[in-house]
Amino acid sequence: MRRAVLGVGRAAAWRIRAGAESGQQRQRSPPLSPVPAPPPPAFRFVSRPGPAGSESETVEQSPPQSPGPGKAGDAPNRRSGHVRGARVLSPPGRRAHLSSPGPSSSSEAREELRRRLRELIERSRVMIFSKSYCPHSTRVKELFSSLGVECNVLELDQVDDGAKIQEVLSEITNQKTVPNVFVNKVHVGGCDQTFQAYQSGLLQKLLEEESAYDYDLIIVGGGSGGLSCAKEAAILGKKVMVLDFVVPSPQGTSWGLGGTCVNVGCIPKKLMHQAALLGQALCDSRKFGWEYDQQVKHNWETMTKAIQNHISSLNWGYRLSLREKAVAYVNSYGEFVEHHKIKATNKKGQETYYTAAQFVIATGERPRYLGIQGDKEYCITSDDLFSLPYCPGKTLVVGASYVALECAGFLAGFGLDVTVMVRSILLRGFDQEMAEKVGSYMEQHGVKFLRKFIPVMIQQLEKGSPGKLKVLAKSTEGTETIEGVYNTVLLAIGRDSCTRKIGLEKIGVKINEKSGKIPVNDVEQTSVPYVYAVGDILEGRPELTPVAIQSGKLLARRLFGASLEKIYHTLFWPLEWTVAGRENNTCYAKIICNKLDHDRVIGFHILGPNAGEVTQGFAAAMKCGLTKQLLDDTIGIHPTCGEVGNRRF
Amino acid sequence: GPLRWPTDIPSHLSSLLSAGQRDYDLLVIGGGSGGLACAKEAAQLGRKVAVVDYVEPSPRGTRWGLGGTCVNVGCIPKKLMHQAALLGGLIRDAPHYGWEVAQPVPHDWRKMAEAVQNHVKSLNWGHRVQLQDRKVKYFNIKASFVDEHTVCGVAKGGKEILLSADHIIIATGGRPRYPTHIEGALEYGITSDDIFWLKESPGKTLVVGASYVALECAGFLTGIGLDATVMIRSIPLRGFDQQMSSMVIEHMASHGTQFLRGCAPSRVRRLPDGHLQVTWEDRTTGKEDTGTFDTVLWAIGRVPDTRSLNLEKAGVDTSPDTQKILVDSREGTSVPHIYAIGDVVEGRPELTPTAIMAGRLLVQRLFGGSSDLMDYDNVPTTVFTPLEYGCVGLSEEEAVARHGQEHVEVYHAHYKPLEFTVAGRDASQCYVKMVCLREPPQLVLGLHFLGPNAGEVTQGFALGIKCGASYAQVMRTVGIHPTCSEEVVKLRISKRSGLDPTVTGC
Repeated sequence: MRRAVLGVGRAAAWRIRAGAESGQQRQRSPPLSPVPAPPPPAFRFVSRPGPAGSESETVEQSPPQSPGPGKAGDAPNRRSGHVRGARVLSPPGRRAHLSSPGPSSSSEAREELRRRLRELIERSRVMIFSKSYCPHSTRVKELFSSLGVECNVLELDQVDDGAKIQEVLSEITNQKTVPNVFVNKVHVGGCDQTFQAYQSGLLQKLLEEESAYDYDLIIVGGGSGGLSCAKEAAILGKKVMVLDFVVPSPQGTSWGLGGTCVNVGCIPKKLMHQAALLGQALCDSRKFGWEYDQQVKHNWETMTKAIQNHISSLNWGYRLSLREKAVAYVNSYGEFVEHHKIKATNKKGQETYYTAAQFVIATGERPRYLGIQGDKEYCITSDDLFSLPYCPGKTLVVGASYVALECAGFLAGFGLDVTVMVRSILLRGFDQEMAEKVGSYMEQHGVKFLRKFIPVMIQQLEKGSPGKLKVLAKSTEGTETIEGVYNTVLLAIGRDSCTRKIGLEKIGVKINEKSGKIPVNDVEQTSVPYVYAVGDILEGRPELTPVAIQSGKLLARRLFGASLEKIYHTLFWPLEWTVAGRENNTCYAKIICNKLDHDRVIGFHILGPNAGEVTQGFAAAMKCGLTKQLLDDTIGIHPTCGEVGNRRF
Repeated sequence: GPLRWPTDIPSHLSSLLSAGQRDYDLLVIGGGSGGLACAKEAAQLGRKVAVVDYVEPSPRGTRWGLGGTCVNVGCIPKKLMHQAALLGGLIRDAPHYGWEVAQPVPHDWRKMAEAVQNHVKSLNWGHRVQLQDRKVKYFNIKASFVDEHTVCGVAKGGKEILLSADHIIIATGGRPRYPTHIEGALEYGITSDDIFWLKESPGKTLVVGASYVALECAGFLTGIGLDATVMIRSIPLRGFDQQMSSMVIEHMASHGTQFLRGCAPSRVRRLPDGHLQVTWEDRTTGKEDTGTFDTVLWAIGRVPDTRSLNLEKAGVDTSPDTQKILVDSREGTSVPHIYAIGDVVEGRPELTPTAIMAGRLLVQRLFGGSSDLMDYDNVPTTVFTPLEYGCVGLSEEEAVARHGQEHVEVYHAHYKPLEFTVAGRDASQCYVKMVCLREPPQLVLGLHFLGPNAGEVTQGFALGIKCGASYAQVMRTVGIHPTCSEEVVKLRISKRSGLDPTVTGC
């Protein structure tokens, strides 16, 4: 076994030679030097005598004319395994030091260390971070030795900056202990996980996979999370593929690259919200002296066309940016078939297989259906609404999620007759006082609410664009049933993860059977070490919005118990609303402070215009440890809504 | 330490000795934002308080009620007229979003002005009521010092009264400055004291000056469809970040405001048809030029309202250059029990919220046993030009001057607000930059934001900077999607890198 101790010396260390190994090595790597080779230029090794404490001995990087065989650029194949030059060992008592060439600050030094560790991991077929006295480390080393596999080992107790390395490792892997094992760049884990992987056959699989994979990384899902991950990996020099395929909605709607946010989420939703705000602005503008007396009508088709044009340009932009970064984009449905192998099926049903060292699952979610008679046939969801070719007319929105309320809000803003059917509470997970205020604002602005009812059957009365649907609903509390006729029924009752039909069971990625979500550790790793997951499909992570993050802070509030908090709140009347004669006593802001922690602000809520623009900066301030005192000390910007936080509490 | 302000002791003793002899515990001269904040705070602390306020009519004869500049001839009417202009833009956007509005839509000044003035009047009334509720005595009189504890007030009818108090706070603010050597300036020109109270549209307007007042006024006049020209002698928005300032101008110019740069007016004449003929000198070519306008608005700065106060009678020192009152860090003047806050004070930012906060803190120190001083660092503000400019902390120039080019890192981005896309608006000037120290963890020194709702965006980040935000912390803050303010937490491109700062994707 080879030790990747980063030092210069001659000491004996443990190296297990195995017959199986050398042949494999020759295949992948430049010839071995029989004598200690100079370290690769990327490293600078400093070793100094140990406790005796004489002058330290510094070995600079090798001169350019005699590059070490392990030099990154020399390897004909990026995966060429071992850090040849680094296998020389420190003698007992001589301590190696993984230091950088004198960076100016500790954080730069840390970055440098992180880079070096990454490099070490990347270049090693098997990399074990170990401690020489640790019995678990020994077991792992013995396991690899019994498999006849050569390993690089770094004994953290024998290098000077072992403690620092361990810290950085824990940042990279979320594992604080040794042994910390990587096989072909995949973080396997500690002793137990390594043995588990060995027993499940995964370890052997990982070891085999030295051979050329088609890609370093395949990302399943081309939404916000998947694309940013793909682009980042490509910038870091990886060979990356993105598989993205939109399964048409039951109503037949499908869309281009970019995922939910761009196509059927944030972007079209905010644009329709803006359209509704403009309706309000038009009403206001008369009071501000703008003169037009005709009845202003809203044209759904004009708006939708404009929004869809914008989305097409975004789809195109994503394609372009993937191309620029040399990320392969395949418009196919991805499904795991075996370890490291995925089947991609395109629109025509043609199947292609791709392999990769690592995978990221970013398939996101799709709207849920009720599972009642007529729902898939006649109802639409947010997947369909934003590209609906006709005005939805009188609409029933089923659900109380933010999607439901946002859609109901802008539809009402266009002057449509809108009813929201709510099973229990509004905006579950959000601050309930704020949620109720949102509801009553909407109610004052013409949105009707049917509380504590659920639909049981949808019938089509008339076809058309839009047609006519009869909705039968029953009370959640009694036996009462009601009936209503609508042009459109929009379901917004929640979203389901797209994790059940992508072959995860074939490779053993665990999902939460109930929710379909994928549990991951702090570094987004699934139960299969080379498979990661990002975005809405993660278990226990907010679905994107930082308002959801805020709800995490509210959890803290529940944990601490209400008595430890102070709540400051205020109603305010935006200046722009005064002249327009809009209602007073509607816009509301509150902050929640933790008394035990110097009145640290643990929640910020604002209901009013431009809430997103206002909240962002407060979020940054909370990140920086905002307290009530600091809030009081900050000067407001007058006259804005944002100053409410500073002036009124 | 306890002996830090030795002058407090005699003042405190004298107020004890003379208790019951003087009319009030606190007399506030000036009923603007700062003065009213002081009065209300002191009343809440159980003190006997009086406020004297008097609006000297402008040379055009404009007068207004209680509340000072901000409420009557400043922030409030300015932002409402800015909003009227923004609505004009939104009306043009509306058809793109499916609203069927026949274009162009004309604007009626009278209707807007009346609505704005009605709102201001309701605020005047509100301030009166608030004072009454807190049992603060209000006198609509023009005050001047008789001695260091006594003020003489003259009411509109000429009736005089004497008021004495243990503590006096001067918060008389400032008024627009008229040029002194330009023929016709005073006779024919108006200022921001008048513009918001005009019954009729100002028509084709020349705005003279490079202050934010000048740019804001020209901006909303253009926005409601009037022909507006700004004449700037030297640099616009002095004291603000100059890159941002030039982008503000660029945006205004591309949206119809005309600019006469490097020009200075020399005279204003009224033509027989009633128009105003302005003559100016182009200081680069030395040539003279003329133009005719319906209105000439001077926005060349403000002067403190100290002349009629007879400050010398009380012994309050002012700056010989600016006539502003000199104070120490606890807002104390050269006379121990006389204080000054707000725009009338030398070296303070001329902003409503600073006056309010300084006033409250001062009263808490005087009557509430507090020792907290006002912190004038990192005061956020926003210029309500058509494209709004919000800023907090240091400008890039100031950061470089203080720390050196080598130690400053500037992160920046050109972004496109989502709402602009469908409306087909040009976003060339939507820009954000964050000025940081270069040394990790890269403390944030300043934030500059040019785009819609800049005030709303900037406020929270001002808090962050107050909390000692570092670039790293801001980058670890999750964005709110899709907003403009998320661009701030996504600033990845440094100026030093030379990379293109145009945001192209999510």
